[in-house]
Parts: sequence; C-alpha cells; structure tokens
Amino acid sequence: MKHEVPDRYTLAFRLYPYAKSPDQDAPAPVRHPVVVVGGGPVGLAMALDLGRRGVPVVLLDDHEGAGLGSRALCFAKRTLEICDRLGAAGPMLDKGVQWNLGKVFHDDRLLYEFNLLPEGGHAMPAFINLQQPWFEKFLHEAIVAAQAEGVPIELRGKNRVDAVVPTGDHVTLEVMTPDGPYRLEAEWLIACDGARSPLRGMLGLGFDGRVFEDNFLIADVRMKADFPTERWFWFEPHFRSGDSALLHKQPDDIWRIDFQLGWNIDRAKELEPDRIRARVDAMLGPDVEYELDWCSIYTFQCRRMERFRHGRVLFAGDAAHQVSPFGARGANSGIQDVDNLAWKLALVLEGVAPEGLLESYDAERVYGAEENILNSTRATDFITPKSPVSKMFRNAVLALAETVPFARTVVNSGRLSLPCTYDGSALNGADHAAMPARTRPGSPCPDAPVADGWLLSYLGRGFTLLAIGADAPEALSAHGLTVPCLRLEPTPEIAARYLGGAAGAVYLIRPDQHVAARWDRFDGTAVAAALGRAIGKG
Amino acid sequence: MLVTKPNLSRPDESYARLIATHEGLSEAESHALNARLILILMNHIGDDAVLAEAMALARNPKGGR
Repeated sequence: MKHEVPDRYTLAFRLYPYAKSPDQDAPAPVRHPVVVVGGGPVGLAMALDLGRRGVPVVLLDDHEGAGLGSRALCFAKRTLEICDRLGAAGPMLDKGVQWNLGKVFHDDRLLYEFNLLPEGGHAMPAFINLQQPWFEKFLHEAIVAAQAEGVPIELRGKNRVDAVVPTGDHVTLEVMTPDGPYRLEAEWLIACDGARSPLRGMLGLGFDGRVFEDNFLIADVRMKADFPTERWFWFEPHFRSGDSALLHKQPDDIWRIDFQLGWNIDRAKELEPDRIRARVDAMLGPDVEYELDWCSIYTFQCRRMERFRHGRVLFAGDAAHQVSPFGARGANSGIQDVDNLAWKLALVLEGVAPEGLLESYDAERVYGAEENILNSTRATDFITPKSPVSKMFRNAVLALAETVPFARTVVNSGRLSLPCTYDGSALNGADHAAMPARTRPGSPCPDAPVADGWLLSYLGRGFTLLAIGADAPEALSAHGLTVPCLRLEPTPEIAARYLGGAAGAVYLIRPDQHVAARWDRFDGTAVAAALGRAIGKG
Repeated sequence: MLVTKPNLSRPDESYARLIATHEGLSEAESHALNARLILILMNHIGDDAVLAEAMALARNPKGGR
C-alpha cells in the first residue's frame, strides 16, 4: 500500500528530506522528552534552543523544508539577539538588508521622514529585512552545526501529525509518513504549526479575536532600481493602486510592495499578472523595468488562544497568537515565545524547576501577545479606518503631519516591534528605585559593549549574576543551580543602562536574558530567594 | 484634573472666533476643521488623564459632576 504526505505548497529550500526513523519499526511507540510540531521559524528556533540546552528534541513537519514566498520580512533587534544566542545570527546579518530611514506619504505629499536612529552600543541593528525562507535556512544551518557537535536535535520531514491524544504524563501522536503511519509519544508537545494550527483543531481549542475586513496584495518585484534602502509608506497614494501602499527593500534586488485592496474584491482576478503589473506600473512609473518574483493576497486577524499551555501541550508562535503585519510582530513575537519557553521546559525536564514554572510561560507570553495585538490593532485601525468619523480624524492627523510636528507622533503605519517587558510577572523579584526603568525586573537586558565584545554574548546559558561596581562572589549555588557572576566595569553605556542613580548594582539575569531582580549590593539570601522565585518556587 | 470652572479669558470673543472660523465652509470641511482643531487642542493639553475626563464629559454631559 502506498502512502502519501502530499506537499501543500512549493518549497524554496529542501532542508530535511524524509528518511525513515527506527521509531517507525519499533514494536511499541517510542517516547521522547519533547516533540515540536512545525518546522517554520518558531519550530526550528524552538528545537535549536531546547537542543542547545541539552534537551533531546524531535521536530516533525509535513514538508521537507522552507516554503516559497518572502512572507515574514522584518526581523527586529531582539529576534537577532536571540538568534545570536542560538548561533544563527551571523549569516542573517550578512544576507539581510539593514535600514533605518522611513518616509511617510499622503497622496502625493511627503509628510515626514523618520530615522530609527538605533542607539549606539548594541551588537545588533534595529531591523533587517530578510525573506522568511532564508531566515529558516539559516536556523537550519545552525541546527546542522549544533547536531555535528552532538546537540540532540532530530528533524523529520514528511511526518504529518494526524491525531493527538493527551494521556496523563505524556501525549500520543499518530504520524503519517511516505512509509505509512506510526505512533510516537512525547512527554511534552510543542505546537508551532502556524496560524491554522492543525493541532489546535485536533484538540478542539478556540482561537478568537477580530477579523479585519480588508485584503492586501503582496507583489515582490525584482528590479535594478536605484530607490534608496528605506521604508516608504503611502496613505491614499496618488497612484491609486490601493488605499495604502508600502515599499520595502529585500536582499537580492527584490522589493516588497504591499497594496491595500479593500474587502469586496475578486481574489483570482486581482492575482492575474497583468492586473498586478498595472498597479505596480502606476506606482513605480512607466520606465522602470522589473519582473514579478512572488505575489500573494492575504487577509488578517488579530486573535489569540485563551491559554498557551494545555497540560503537556504548549502552543507557540502563530499557532498561539496572530496579529496584523503592521509593526512586524508576527515572527518576531514567535521567536520571543521560544526564548521564554525553552529554558523553562529544560529546567522542568532536569527536575530543577517545578512543572508550575510553565504557567509563567502562559502568563508572560499571553501578556506579550496582548501587547502585540493591541499595537497591531491600533495600527490597522489607523491605516484602514472603520467608520467615517475614524477616517475623518485619520485624515486630520495626516493633514497636520506635514507642518505640525506633534501630529507625526500620532501617524501610525505600524509601531515597530519592541521586545516585551514582563511587568507584573510572578517570576519578578526585587527592584531598586534609583536604577533605570528600562532594566527593571521583567525587561530584556539591553546590550552594551564590554571588554571582550558584547554583554549579551555573556548572558543566556543559564542564570547569571551581573555585578557592576559592587562586590559579589564568583558564583552562587542555590536550588540545584550554580549561578556564575559576571563583573562589569561601569562604562558610560553600562552605567546609563544598568546603574542610573545607583552607585553599584547586582542583577540576577534569567536564561532568556531578561532581568529577574536587582539590588544595589550583593546579599546571598536575597539572591537565592529571587532565584527560587524565578524558577517557579516562589 | 480637567478644569470645568470658568477659565476662558474672553469667553464671548473666543466663542465668536470659533463660529467665524467655520464661515464659508461646507459641512464636510467644517467637520474636518473640527477634527484638526480637536487634535491641536489635545496636543496642547497633553495629559492623557485630563483628556480622558474631557472625552467622558463630552460623551455624557449629565454624567458625574
């Protein structure tokens, strides 16, 4: 009997071809500590992070690599910092396009320009533009490099999950392959299977939120044009190719053009190449030569699961939450899910942390998803006003923005993704009022130059103590963990980002580079208590 | 806190100026002008809590105070 796991889409890169696993011939289902379902950016990063933390991971995907199409395009600094921790950022930076300047137009008028003006003293740029298949390819290369060093990650292509049964202390999976079905057991199952998550459906879990009644056309065009490497956004563009339009540079002489088409459209007709070319011609002018590289029409919703943890099944990325594309909060927030979950699950599997620590994944990342949904909903409401009065105020803002500076702060073509600070998290410990707000407990550590490179490259293997102008022992042992101490000189960047008005500081940093607690001097009892709290024992 | 006690230095002049500012405009143009004016005044006030009070009062003039 011949079995099929048909491709649902074309691949850009074939990365993990199907190969029969011994599990498929095992007399009884083989149990693995962690099974990740989905080999997109979030699933690959999840496998890589867990593997590097010593957790054996099996990743299942019903395809054999990265799908075609630029899709997620803007990768933010925090994502690059996380990828750097995972050993994958180098080629991303080499290939990706860095940009800082944005221009905002209304009709045929340039309203204003903005510069992301990245703060100095960070290893990573504010953003890079990189097509999603390349992002996935570079994560895969890092996985292959890690496997060569013995990191226990196994990727299984053409392995489609057809059924999932949670049973007490494990989850049983029915998996279809070209060689037929087999069963697999997972102590923990992580669903990274995208916005249409089949696993979510199999478990009968809801995914509620708001549908936006609008269609957007992506036209990736290849051209040797001398447009600058900037983000150009038009409200009600004079070339009438859409109610709004966006032009963004990608690697390989490809440009992302986005047109807002409205709700009642004939989808098939709008995807006809001649019709797309008419829109692009109107925008670029008649003399620009280009070829269409990839086109797609998308609608979007802002929604999330009520909870991201369901017993031994954890949801991450688009499977758990979905936002509009304005602000680059899709893949970027999914990578933050990875950052948040991997160390927690590793400590639970090691028996160092109680299972309850995983509740903080749910709490912290639901909080992050809410922040992203709020920001992307606001941007969407500004770009596509939902009522006549809303459109009137939107256009009043645009009318003022050209000449009156304050109005530019109200113009919203997407508030670009910033990492989430977990204010109010149960894992947060002591704070110190004299120290900067940007490094309060729950914050991701801002990078800074240190003697031998960059601060963040020293953080993230496990918990770390930072001692800045304060005495502290070389390491502290508590709760089954040994926490090394990193001593830093109060350089101007370190002082501005970590000391503020304090003369010295001791920070307890989580394995995801977020601040757990901070004090103005070392107190072993206080640090041990904060460590306990940060691993869910508090 | 929102000022609701009399605060206009020249109430009659300011009100007459508001009406005169709209002179000769179509209804749509007047609405657009009002929208710009509200945004400009919002920025001048600045404080989000004061704006929230003002919006609540405008939405429901009989409520509260």
